[in-house]
Formats: sequence, C-alpha cells, structure tokens
Amino acid sequence: MGTVEHTLLRLATAGSVDDGKSTLVGRLLHDCKAILADQIAHVKTVSEARGGDFDFALLTDGLRAEREQGITIDVAYRYFATDKRSFILADCPGHVQYTRNTVTGASTADVVIILVDARHGVLEQTRRHLAVAGLLRVPHVVLAVNKIDLVNYDEAVFKGIAKDVDQLADQLGIADVQAIPVSALVGDNVVERSEQTSWYDGPTLLEFLENASGRIDVSGQPLRFPVQYVIRPQTDDEYRDYRGYTGTVASGTVSVGDPVIVLPAGRRTSIVGIDRAVVTATSTAVAERPSAVAGEAVTVRLADDIDVARGSVIVAADASPGTRRELSATVCWLSERPLTVGARLLIKHTTTTAQAIVTKISGALDLDTLGVIDATGLELNDIGKVQLKIAAPLAADPYTSNNITGSFLLIDAHDGWTLAAGMIDHEEGEPL
Amino acid sequence: MTATIGTPVTALPTLSATIGESVPALVSTEAPANGSTVSELDALESESIFVFREVAAEFERPVILFSGGKDSIVMLHLARKAFAPAGVPFTLLHVDTGHNFTEVLDYRDATVKALGLRLEVASVEDYIADGRLRERSDGTRNPLQTVPLLDAINGHRFDAVFGGGRRDEERARAKERIFSLRDEFGQWDPRNQRPELWSLYNGKHRPGEHVRVFPLSNWTELDIWNYIAREEIALPSIYYAHERDVFERDGMLLAVGPYSQPRPDETVTQRVVRYRTVGDMSCTGAVASTATTPADVIVEVAASELTERGATRADDRVSEAAMEDRKREGYF
Repeated sequence: MGTVEHTLLRLATAGSVDDGKSTLVGRLLHDCKAILADQIAHVKTVSEARGGDFDFALLTDGLRAEREQGITIDVAYRYFATDKRSFILADCPGHVQYTRNTVTGASTADVVIILVDARHGVLEQTRRHLAVAGLLRVPHVVLAVNKIDLVNYDEAVFKGIAKDVDQLADQLGIADVQAIPVSALVGDNVVERSEQTSWYDGPTLLEFLENASGRIDVSGQPLRFPVQYVIRPQTDDEYRDYRGYTGTVASGTVSVGDPVIVLPAGRRTSIVGIDRAVVTATSTAVAERPSAVAGEAVTVRLADDIDVARGSVIVAADASPGTRRELSATVCWLSERPLTVGARLLIKHTTTTAQAIVTKISGALDLDTLGVIDATGLELNDIGKVQLKIAAPLAADPYTSNNITGSFLLIDAHDGWTLAAGMIDHEEGEPL
Repeated sequence: MTATIGTPVTALPTLSATIGESVPALVSTEAPANGSTVSELDALESESIFVFREVAAEFERPVILFSGGKDSIVMLHLARKAFAPAGVPFTLLHVDTGHNFTEVLDYRDATVKALGLRLEVASVEDYIADGRLRERSDGTRNPLQTVPLLDAINGHRFDAVFGGGRRDEERARAKERIFSLRDEFGQWDPRNQRPELWSLYNGKHRPGEHVRVFPLSNWTELDIWNYIAREEIALPSIYYAHERDVFERDGMLLAVGPYSQPRPDETVTQRVVRYRTVGDMSCTGAVASTATTPADVIVEVAASELTERGATRADDRVSEAAMEDRKREGYF
C-alpha cells in the first residue's frame, strides 16, 4: 500500500509592500495560462476606467477596499495547473497583519515563496517571513530575488542576497533555500528562462514548483488518528450494531489487526475494520479495506467496546505520546488584544477543545538577532514562547515530529476569536 | 474554441506592452492537459469529508444549501460519504427563486425522496406575493434570495450553513474562509476574518451568529467534473447538450421562457446548448455545446477561455464587486 500521491502542491507567497508580489503572482498565473479571457477583459476595463495601464494586482485583489486603496488585505487563494501538476496558491499580503497572513498561508503550504526586492535586499519583513517558514517547518523555501532587471542582472547582487538569506536560514534551522533571480514584470525566470541571467543555472520558479516534492510523507511515522465523530446508524439492517470512529489519519498507516491505544484513557485494543464509503444514487454502504495512510479520511472499528468519543486519539500501541496537561509552545500572536500571563483561553488541539491558562511567557523572538528576548506580554505579530496549563489531557506530540498533533489554536472564550497559532515544543523546551 | 462556448468577450487586451515581449500566446487553442488526477481528487475528497465531520461534531443544527446545481450535488455526495453507512445528519435548504429550471426542481425532489432527506424550501415567490420583497426592474431574482435565506436560518436556528461556493469561482469568494463567521444580520466582514490555520477549523460563535461552511473551497470547476465522472454522479439533464430556443443578450445565450423573453431586436434561434452553471433562469446563460457526457464536459471546460461565472452569470456583471456586495449582505 503506497501513500496518497499528492500531485497537488500548495504554495504561499510572502513579501513586503511594493516588492512586486502581486505582479509575480499575476505573471505566474498568466504565463501558466490560468487567467481567462473574461478576467483579462475585466481587469482591462477597470484599469482603463482609472486611466492606467493593465494592472496585474487587480487579478488578485478581489475586494472593493483592496481595489480602491491599491493594497491587498486578506489571503486570497488561486488555483492553476500545468501539464505536470495542480497548484493551490495562498497569496498573503505583506503588511499590517503580516505575520497573521503569512502564518495562515504557510500553515498548509508545501512551498513558501519569499520575495525580496533586488535593490533593497534583506529587510525586517524578510527575516520575519523566514522565521515563520522555519517555525512552521514549511518543506521548501524559495527566495525570489525580484526586480533583477533593475540591478542590470548583476550576479553579485543576487549572490549577496542569497548568501545573507542562507546565513539566516542556518540560524533558523531551515535546511534548504532555493534562490532564483526573477523579474516578475518582464517575466525573467518565472516561467520562461531569462537570456539575461546566463550566470544562473538553477531552475525557473515554475520548474522548481513542478518538481518540488509535495507533503512530507508521514505514512511511515507512528499512527495518530484523532477521532472526529462516532457513527452509529442504529438502523434496522445489516448496520444495526455498527459503531465506527471517523477521522483523518494524521500520521502513519493504520491497518486491520494493528494493536492500538486510545488516548486519553490509555485503553489498549486493536483495529478490526477500516471502512470507506460506497454511495450510489440510492444506496449508502461501506466497503472494507486493509489499511489507510496519512491524509485519508476513513472510519475505523475497534475490537473492544470501550469509551471512544470525539477528542479521543487512536495511536500506535508501541509509540504512544501519552498525554499532557502542561505544554510549552511557540505561539504566533494574531490578535490586536495583547496576551498577558494568567490569561484564560480556549485551546483547540486536534478534535479537543479545552480551557487553558497561560502560566508563563518566557520570551519573544527578536527579529534583528533572531534570538529570544525577555517579554512580559505578546502583541499582534509577535512570536513568543509560552507555557500553558490545560483543563483536559491532550495527546500531543512536538510540532517538529507531527504538525497535526503538534499544533493548536488559542481562542477567546468569550467571542470565539482565533488569537494565536501554537506549535508544541519538545518537553524540555527548545530554542526558537 | 469560441464557437463552442458562446460569443467571444470583448477584444483581448494586448498585454505585451505592459509586461514585456516574452508573453506566450494569451489563449491557447490546444486543450491544456487535465491537471487533476485520481490522487488529487482523493486528497480533495478527504479534505471535504473532514470538514463535514467537524461540523457534525461541533454544531447543533447544521443545514446544507441544496439547489440541485452540480456543486450542491457534489457537496451532498461528499456528505453522504462522510457519514456512511449512516445517513446524512443534516437538513437540506433550498432558496427557491421561483425562476428555477423544472429539470433541476425535479432532480431535487427525486433526490430528497430517494435518500429520505428532509428539505426546507424558502420561497422568494412567497415573499414577493405578500409584499415583503419587490421584483427588481431587471427581472433577476438572484439578489432577492438573501432575505428568505437569512429568515430561514434565523427561523430554524441553523448554526452552520454549508454552501457549495468555490474559491476559484469569483474574486470575493477567493478570500473566503472554509469556516466563515456571519453576524446576527448575516453579514460577512471580509476585512475582519478569523485566521484559519492547518486543519483547525474554529466554529465558535455567539448566539444569533452562524457559520457558513464551504467544503468545496479548494475544488476547481474541473475537479468537480472529474469527480462527477469518477463517482458517476447523476446531474439534471440541462448540464448536458440539448436543443433549446435561445436569444443572445450581453454575450450570453438566454433561454426563451416565462422569465426571460427576447426584446424586439433580439432574434430567437434553436441551438444545441448546455448549462455550465444553474441558477435563476432570468440571469443564467447557456453555452453552445455538444457535450453529452461528463468526459465531454471535462474536455470542454479544460479548453474554455472563459470562467464559469463569466460565461453564464449576468448578475456578476453589474459592478466590479457585485458578488462581494451580495456576500456582505448575507448571500451565499
């Protein structure tokens, strides 16, 4: 049984204001022929009504306020395909709520494209984007050194920026950064190889994207299966006594016969069936299958009639993470309401939502040094280290080994707002 | 390809002056290779099933907006898969403009009956009949759906409302979350949306608020058709080529019917057409097509040089932010 073959690649863009991100996205979509005639006609009409040239940003800036103010406000999702694969692009704006948007886009991305203006080099925003990509462990980072035409295709400028970024990547634990000299405006090395950069022998942006490996294959890791919902048809047919636990395999492979532990109770049992739906126009049934891998939504049945509900996590019997009521974690603070020690919040972790108290704020990331500085609170866009006490036991893994059982949201208990994205540290704590 | 997908749009702009000389041909005459594969569809299917299960577990009274259009049909199919062998634990809601295609209403009713589902209908016609809504001068009832929809949500105290909207459809929808909060007036505030990370969907809401849920967010029109083909999902017949009396207006082919009559200067011809989207008859155009199977449609959609809504929806042409404006007020 192989893995789910993701020919779908998810990418996120990150850049500062005016570094040409909208132009790059527009160029990529356009040169991949993902922009259709009515969309072009629409942009042309609007551009002309404003007395300007064809404005690429209008292809991606969809909201009235964005068009009126010439800025991008919120993450927009674009879809395009080449002969080789399909892409989902999260276009993340580069200002105001910059961390919030970049974190959102990067949380599901296989590739993050960080833009730098060749004339300006590495800025604070570049550091921030790299830090986020490193924290979220995005598998691939592309450094698009844009406006290379405006520095006369100077190899030394490109190499200097690439070297700066490599140093930062080392500090942040990012394994690999692919630097590409591009001009989104002219099209150099986006889809078409540039004749002006003969000194560059790496891939064009599209070549890189078409060949990048997708999701990290987690089907070989220990099984984690958070239970979402229990199915009990209680109908008067062959499914009268059916009891199935639905969920999506978070990591590993689940096979019939596997010994498992159900957390948080810690009960041992084994898998007796794995079902996938078979529906026709008039009938609804399930078919058994021998196994399922990470990413697949299935229903499992267990050998013993034990207490399993939403919030339970079915794990490999020989590799249980156990449960914790205290966590140390790195959080990206996404709200304008600051975080202070003692705050009572909700934590949403896999399929469990529980109360949590922030017992300690142990530091915040300093973007200049990429070191941790003392902090007593966290504000919008801050990345910090916190400790939490939780009202229910969580079957948690470190984010570095599992991005599903290792991630959480902090939610305002009163109005439901999402306040922070959290990544669980190793128990002994680890450097930012 | 223009011959098969209706009238061409206005002359294409020359982009080369703006963005350089190396631009490849704007419109390819070859059908691009089909980017979707079975494994990609499996990934999308699993993602959607995950969303249905989250909502079933976290909300009290979810409802699926079901119009009998292809996206809502795929949505219902995915919901059935999410809970098999049990039934779908949600009610269906149709906002009926009173201008619907008979084939679509028949499909809706047959599906509800065959699967033993519960259907609520919010009728725009009733609202017009008793004066709560007034007919628009342009005759379209699409924007009129918002009030009956919100009344139905409030009346039934639905707290999660599944919509078949896809982000690839339209600019404002591209900014939409999978779980999208609506205030007690049903309003969407696109500038103040909750961040949505990983697959941790936050459905918290206060009394009176509700959450719109879009399980098909990441599907494209081509994905939908590939899935319809793979799963052998039946659709209303008007999605496939058939003969129909039509006239041309605003670059679209409108059916001659009780809700759309040609003006004196518009000529009626019988053409072989199909519907690429299905909505209010007064503002939904047909496209010239000979596609009689899902496989034919896939070839046609892959080669189309117009977007789905661009080819078929008059209501989105009103202004550059027509959809955003409707969505802000509580539209799907």
